[in-house]
This record gives sequence, C-alpha cells and structure tokens, in this order.
Amino acid sequence: MLKKLEHLEGAIQEKIDGIKDLASLNDLRVKVLGRKGEITLLLKEIKHLTPEERVHTGRLANEIKTNLEKLLEVKKQDLEQEEINIRLLEEKIDITLPGLPYINGRKHPLTRITEEIKEIFLAMSFSIAEGPEIEWDYYNFEALNVPKDHPARDMQDTLYISEDILLRTHTSPVQVRMMEKTAPQLPLKIIVPGRVYRRDDDATHSPMFHQVEGLLIDEHINFGHLKSMLLHFAQHVFGEEVKVRYRPSFFPFTEPSAEMDISCVNCKGSGCRVCSQTGWLEILGAGMVHPQVLEYGGYDPKKVNGFAFGMGIERIAMLKYGINDLRLFFDNDHRFLAQI
Amino acid sequence: MIVSLQWLKEYVHISCSARELAHKLTMSGIAVERVETLTGDFTLELDLTPNRGDCLGLINLAREVAALHGTNIKLPLIELKENDERIEEYINIEIYDPDLCPRYAARLIKNVQIKPSPDWMQERLIKAGVRPINNVVDITNYVMLETNQPLHAFDYDLLGEQKTIIVRRATPMETITTLDDQERTLDDNDLLISEESRPLALAGIMGGKETEIHENTRNVLLESAHFFSRGIRKTAKRLNLRSNSSTRFEKGVDPEGVVFAINRAASLMAQWADGEIVGAVLDVHPNPMPPRTINVNPDQVNKLLGCSLYPAEMKAILNRLHFSVENEGNTLLVDIPGYRPDLLQEVDLIEEIARIYGYDNIPAQLPVLDPGQGGRSSYQKFKDEVLTLASRNFMETINYSFVSPRHFDMLTLFPHNSCRRALKIANPMSEEQSVMRTLLIPGLMEVISRNLARKNNDLAFFEMGMVYIPQEDGLPREKLKLGAAVTGNTGINWLKKQIDMDFYYLKGILEDLLQRLGVKEYSFIEGQEEFYHPGRSAYIKMEEEIIGHMGEIHPRVAQHFELKQRTCALELELDKLYPCWEQKKEIMPISKFPGMERDLAVVVQEQVSSSLLIKVIKDAGGLLLTNIEVFDVYAGEQVPEGYKSIALRLAFLSHEKTLSDEEVNQYMHQIIDHLSRALNAQLR
Repeated sequence: MLKKLEHLEGAIQEKIDGIKDLASLNDLRVKVLGRKGEITLLLKEIKHLTPEERVHTGRLANEIKTNLEKLLEVKKQDLEQEEINIRLLEEKIDITLPGLPYINGRKHPLTRITEEIKEIFLAMSFSIAEGPEIEWDYYNFEALNVPKDHPARDMQDTLYISEDILLRTHTSPVQVRMMEKTAPQLPLKIIVPGRVYRRDDDATHSPMFHQVEGLLIDEHINFGHLKSMLLHFAQHVFGEEVKVRYRPSFFPFTEPSAEMDISCVNCKGSGCRVCSQTGWLEILGAGMVHPQVLEYGGYDPKKVNGFAFGMGIERIAMLKYGINDLRLFFDNDHRFLAQI
Repeated sequence: MIVSLQWLKEYVHISCSARELAHKLTMSGIAVERVETLTGDFTLELDLTPNRGDCLGLINLAREVAALHGTNIKLPLIELKENDERIEEYINIEIYDPDLCPRYAARLIKNVQIKPSPDWMQERLIKAGVRPINNVVDITNYVMLETNQPLHAFDYDLLGEQKTIIVRRATPMETITTLDDQERTLDDNDLLISEESRPLALAGIMGGKETEIHENTRNVLLESAHFFSRGIRKTAKRLNLRSNSSTRFEKGVDPEGVVFAINRAASLMAQWADGEIVGAVLDVHPNPMPPRTINVNPDQVNKLLGCSLYPAEMKAILNRLHFSVENEGNTLLVDIPGYRPDLLQEVDLIEEIARIYGYDNIPAQLPVLDPGQGGRSSYQKFKDEVLTLASRNFMETINYSFVSPRHFDMLTLFPHNSCRRALKIANPMSEEQSVMRTLLIPGLMEVISRNLARKNNDLAFFEMGMVYIPQEDGLPREKLKLGAAVTGNTGINWLKKQIDMDFYYLKGILEDLLQRLGVKEYSFIEGQEEFYHPGRSAYIKMEEEIIGHMGEIHPRVAQHFELKQRTCALELELDKLYPCWEQKKEIMPISKFPGMERDLAVVVQEQVSSSLLIKVIKDAGGLLLTNIEVFDVYAGEQVPEGYKSIALRLAFLSHEKTLSDEEVNQYMHQIIDHLSRALNAQLR
C-alpha cells in the first residue's frame, strides 16, 4: 500500500512536469485528486489495513495529497504566467503610429496673455472691472482731463458714432465709471481688460486692439508703490531676470506720468533689431492719477491718491511669442492659432 | 523733431557724448528716438510729448539740457541798429479779437536784398527739415526753430494804401488764398490778419499768397504775435492744414517771447539781407497776463512720490530748471516762466521735481494689500467657463467689431430683419469696417473662407464677444454672444473612419456645452433664420425663450462668402444662459440597485421627429424610465416608403429596489401601446 502510494506520487509528479497547458493540467487534477481520482480510490482501500498501518498510511497519503496539490498550483501559476507572456508578446503594437485625431480647440494667444495678466493682479487682490466698448465722449476723454479741444486728442485718433458717442480709444473710461460707483469707499483696486479702437492700420497698429488697465486708489498710495507693482508684473510675465526702467512721459489723466521699459526680451539688453539697438522695450504707460480725474470720479484728491497703468495686450503677446506682425492676431489662420 | 547737436551747442555747453545726452534726455522725459552721426555733427530725433511743445524751440531744449547738467544757457546776442524813423509812421495795428490774439508785435525792415541765405543757415534748416527759400523767409524760420516763436514776413509794399493791420475773425464764407496756392473758405471761428477788407494771412497758420515775399521785395513787415492754442487748433483741424507755425501755437508758445524773437529776426535781416531796421517794435498787448506762481508743499511732494527729499533739494531742482523759488513758511512759491504753459498746478511741479531727480531714484515699495478683497465676480467666472469649454472643441478667433454693411446682403437677410439695423461709424477707416456688428456669424464665415482659400479644410472656430444693438437714445446695448462654425471633418487617420463636422457634430458639442453650463431643459425647434439651409436650421429653446440658433449655412450664403464646403454655425446669447449657470448645482445620489435596459425599434412616418417620439415614450414610461438614447435611424429596404425606423435604448432605474423583468415588461407594454395610438408607430 505504501509502495503503491509512493509509486503513484512519483508517476503523478512526472505527469505534472510533462503538462504544457492549463486544460490538461485541470484534467490531471480531476484524475488525481477528484472524487473518483486515483488517490481517492487508493485511499478507499485503507479500510483493509491494520489500525497502526491505517494511521501511518493515512498520514502519508495526506502528505502526498497536500504535496501534489501544491505542485499542481505551482504548475498552474507557471502556465498562466507563460500564457500571459505569450499574449503580451503577440499583442505588441507600433506605438509610433499616430493616435486618434481629437478635434482640439485652443484659446487665442491674446486671451492667454490677458488671462495671465489677470491672474497676476487677482493674486494681489485686485478685482476685474469691465465697461462698454461704445462709450460717451465724456468718459473716454473729458472725465480723463482731455477736454474737447485738447491737443492730447491727437494722440488717439478716434472712431466716432456721433458727436458724443465713440468707440473707446482705451480702457481708461472704466476707471472713471468705477470711481463713480465706488467713491468715497476705499480702496478701489481694479484691472480692466477689453477691446479698444483707434483710427490706425499698419503692421504695428490695428484699428481694434486690446488693453489691460489697472487702477489702485487708497490713502497713502505713492509712485514707489506703482514701481514695485509693475516690477512684480514684469517679472511674472517676462521672467525674474527682467530689468525695468521708468521714463517720464505724458498722459492727460496721470501726473506724474511714466512709461515703463523692460530689458529687451530678445537680446537681454545688449541691443538688437527688436529693441532698435537700445536694449529696452517700451511696454506700458502709467502714473499717479491726476487730481482732476480723482475729482471727476468723486474722490477728494487732498485725501486720497492712486496710480493707474495701461498696456497693449498685442504688444505683450508679440514680445512673448516673438510675433512680428500684429495683423496675424486678427487673421485667425488655423495654423497660427493651433500653435499656442 | 530733428535737432542738430552742433546748433544746440550754441545755446548750452555740452560736455557729454551725443549718445549720453540722448540717454539723459530720454530718462528725463524728452524722448530721443534716434541719434544719427553726420560729418561734423550729430542729429537727435525727438519724440516730444504734447505737453512739451516748448522744446520745439532750441533755446528751450537747451534749458532742459542745462537743467540736467546744472549749467546755464547762452542766449544769442542781439545787435539792433535802428534808424531814426519810428515804425508808427509806417503801420497801424488793431486787434479786434483779443480773445484769440492777445498780442501782436511788428517791425519794419527797409531796403532788404532778397537772395539766398548763408550756407550755414540753409544747412541748419535742411537738417531740421525746413526747405530754404530766401534770406528773409529763412530767417523767420530760423528764429522760429531757435526761439519757438513763429514769425511771418509780409511784403510791406504790397499792403494797401491805409497801411493798417487788423486782427479779426473772418466773416462766414470769406476766402483767402494761402501760400500753398489753395483757396480756403473760412467761417467766423477763423482768425485773419487782414486789411480793412482784404485778408492777408490765416493767423498763426499760413501767410497769404498776395503779400508773399518775392525776389523784388524791398521792405519787409515782420510779424511776431501770440495766438491762443484753442482757436488755432480749431481752424487748423477744420481746414486740415498744419504748418510749423500752427503746430507750435497749438501746443502753446511763450507770450513773453514775442519781442525777443522779432528783435532777433530783425538783427539777422540787417546782417544777412542788408536791411535797415526802422526804430521801435510796434507791440500791441492790451491785457498782459500777470506772472504765474504755483505753491508747492514739500510734504505733498514726498507723499505722492514716496520719497524723503528735503525742501532745499526740491528748491535746488527747480532752480536748475531756471524757475525762481521763494520760501513762505514751509511752502515753496515757484514762478512759472512763460515758456512752460504746461505747468498749471502743484502736481505738475511734483512731476518736474521727480523727473529731474530721476524716476529710477525713487525707491520702489510694496503697498500694504488687504488680502480679503478682489477676485472675479460670478458673471466673470461664468464667462471664463464658457470660454474654457468652447476652446476644448473650437479654435478661438478674435474678429473686428466693425464689419462691412454688405454682410447683411451676403447673409440674404430680409429687409425688415432687425440685424440690419446696425450702428454706423461716422468716420470709418473704410467701407469694409464701417458698421458695428449685430451678428458673430459673418465674421466667422470670413475666417472660414480665408482658411479654405489657404487649403485649411477641416475647421472648427468660435468667438466670444459683443454685438452692438442700437437704442433709441444713449449708448447702444452690448450683448455678449458665443458664435461657432465648423466645416470639413475630423481628419484622416489610419484607424477609424473620420467624422464629418456637420450639423449633428456641432449640435453634439452644443448640447454638451448647454448641459455643462447647467441648462437642464432645452429643445430644438425648426428655425427660420434666412442664412441657414431651411431644412437644416434650428432655434435653441430654453423653457419658452429662444436662446440661440444653429444650422447649416444656406448654399446661397455659402456662395457669397466663398465657402466651398458645407459649413454649420451657431450663435448663443450668453446672458440668457447665465441664470442657469448661477443656480446652485445639486449632485443626486446614485441608486444602490442595478438598472435595466431595453431596446425598442419602431417604424413611424418620416415626418415624425425624434423629439416627438421621445416625448411620447417619456410620457408613457413612468418615473423609472431614466434615459432614452436613439442608436439607429433607418429608411430603405424593409421599411415602407414614407416611413423610417428608429431604434432606441431605454434605461429603467429605481432607487428603492431591484427591478423585475415583469415590472419593466409592463412599462414597455405601456410605451408600445401609447406609441401606436399617438403616432401609429409599429414595432419592427
């Protein structure tokens, strides 16, 4: 009996070794360990043995059974692994073939720049203000200290709807509207993105373009504050290493007025064609809000100060993306838009 | 303005290089655009801001240079050899309109020899962009460039018998022929230098042809006058006539500089035209302006600039600008010279102090920010979300807000269509950009057309922007819209069949967008916009309101815009969607029980719309019918003529229990029953 068992174990072990697929393995399992399997049948004969032999043989039989089960399980794992290996090998694809085309949209480059600028000032607790694109002459000029016959009106050739209504030439009218709405409350901290219009059309001027305007009114606001905020802005948009400088300038609605230059993004300040060999690029106009404008807006210029700044989005976008023709922004060629 | 450095050096000592000077000027507010090297000279091209018209005169520019270097200017020496006569014996001057001309001075220079001016003078004029003519005219221009005071020379012998100059407003429709041979028709805002009836010159703008200096001129009447900028500006603008003289008067000239300039010119005429100067200046100046003083509070200066300058430092800066300053207690009393009409109030002087001190020397400091404020409004967040969603499926375009009025015909709009009522621009750049848009679609059609012409054939574009609706009075209404247009297909590829970007493609994106924006109930009804294919056009309805339209572009319209491919477009009124988006969004719990799906194919008459079919099913299906998808539409073999087969997948779900087959069967019976009664639908 013992011999039979040991013989059987040896024979089965050999069979397991020889098996090549999971189905045959399963067949073998049934044949050996099933209810009518070889081991089971053999164990039925145990009742013919003496009690001592029974104990001994029973223990051995169980050991063999456990051992065979283990062997079968190991074999099963091996075969499964082998099967997966084969499948993985067979299923190899050319991963360099293109993916399924997904019609993907993009935001316009000007929108991206506007968003970037908005984020910088939102993080400095500014709000976003908007106003009409078709505007009263009053808000576009008069309340900004540019009366009807002021020579500064020549700086901005205007498109008119009627004598009193025009296409705004800058986003600054929103300054006055917001001051009227907010005064005398403090502070007023807004940035104003939007379309503006001027009677101009060439490679560097478009009759429609975009500006972002900023305004901060509070007690104790000074020119030094303006400088630090604009430096922060320039470093965010053009990188930490960018240098800035401020030149005195003229805007009827600010005094003192300034223009901010950044070190040339192309040559880093050594002088090239982009910056006309100066090393500097003008990017925005700014200044302390003119007392007259504060008054128009309903604030007392003796008690509060403010600064304002404004920039052309197209200009920033051209510098950032290295675009040399403004008209590309409004041409809307798919190939241009798909690059950003 | 172009400045010869060699000429400028006559009035101020310059020790630095031309480039250094250009940099210093630029950093103090006199922008130098370009420096050019010539033999023996440099020229600086200035881009003056409108408030610094004074620097159009070299002597005033020299004052700036002197202020930057802390030096003084050298005024030209004037030697006047007058004869024994008095000018009053020769001419009489009357100012009728002192509100336009507060001061008029004249001199008479007799027996001049008209000839070319000396080479050095011609050279300087040419560098400054002024054409040399003859010695007398050149001298008036030379002195103007030097002092900023425009001068005019008349041929004295061509004046009438009375020898009286009258400064008066023109009468309406009065005419004068100016030096450029143009006859100008005037109105009563224009100022003339005139005789009793004959106009001699358009005051401050251009002389008249009739009394022009010519080669035989013997006696010269020289004018040096002051005209207020407002009047000059009005006339120059209306006549579209700008001269070196009018530009200067428009920006403001020193009324105190009149006599210096006329004496300087007279002395040069004696020297270079062999003239004989008649005694005295005839200076009519009825109401001289009192000198102007502006008070500057040093604390205010430091407060506005964020500096800590001592009053003495401020005073020193103002002195460098040649402004005399007196102290009164803590206040600085600053005398404003006549050549700086731009300085009107304290803040203007704060800028003067700041720009000479140097903007770069003012310390930058971060303001204290209140972190509790700011951010986007809810409406701004809504717009940002629409833009982000739309830009997943379409390229964003930005198109001009003004369009061609031809667009309305190209769209074949009916004559009474309200979109034709567009705002007109009074002074457009061109006819193509002369009206404010009332629709976004034409702009998108042009973008598609332009792209197709460049062989970009598969296109999906959108624009988010305003259209402008005229109002009875006041400003127009600006309506925020979203427009989109698609054409072509999703592109060839090796794996799957490409998808046409057609009506249903666009509709799918639109529906997704509406759902994401929180629009729960919407429907598509047949549309009637003229520019769509009448069989492929829809209005989008939310509750009872139309919020937009979409469709395939009408073949006629496609022709007009040169669209070589079928194109579909849509327009949505975003302000009507905003309330939906703003509503609180709730997320429903999902059922713990499995749902059940049933497919249903029915044959109905061709004109039965899928939305009607779905409505009937919904009404009959009970509350547990949670979703209906159309997955096949078929007409042809095995379906009778005039009929179509629609296959739908119905989903049932309960939040309370697992549904049994029997229960769902019962609902399906109800549905089928209802379909056959309402639509005469047959099961397939």
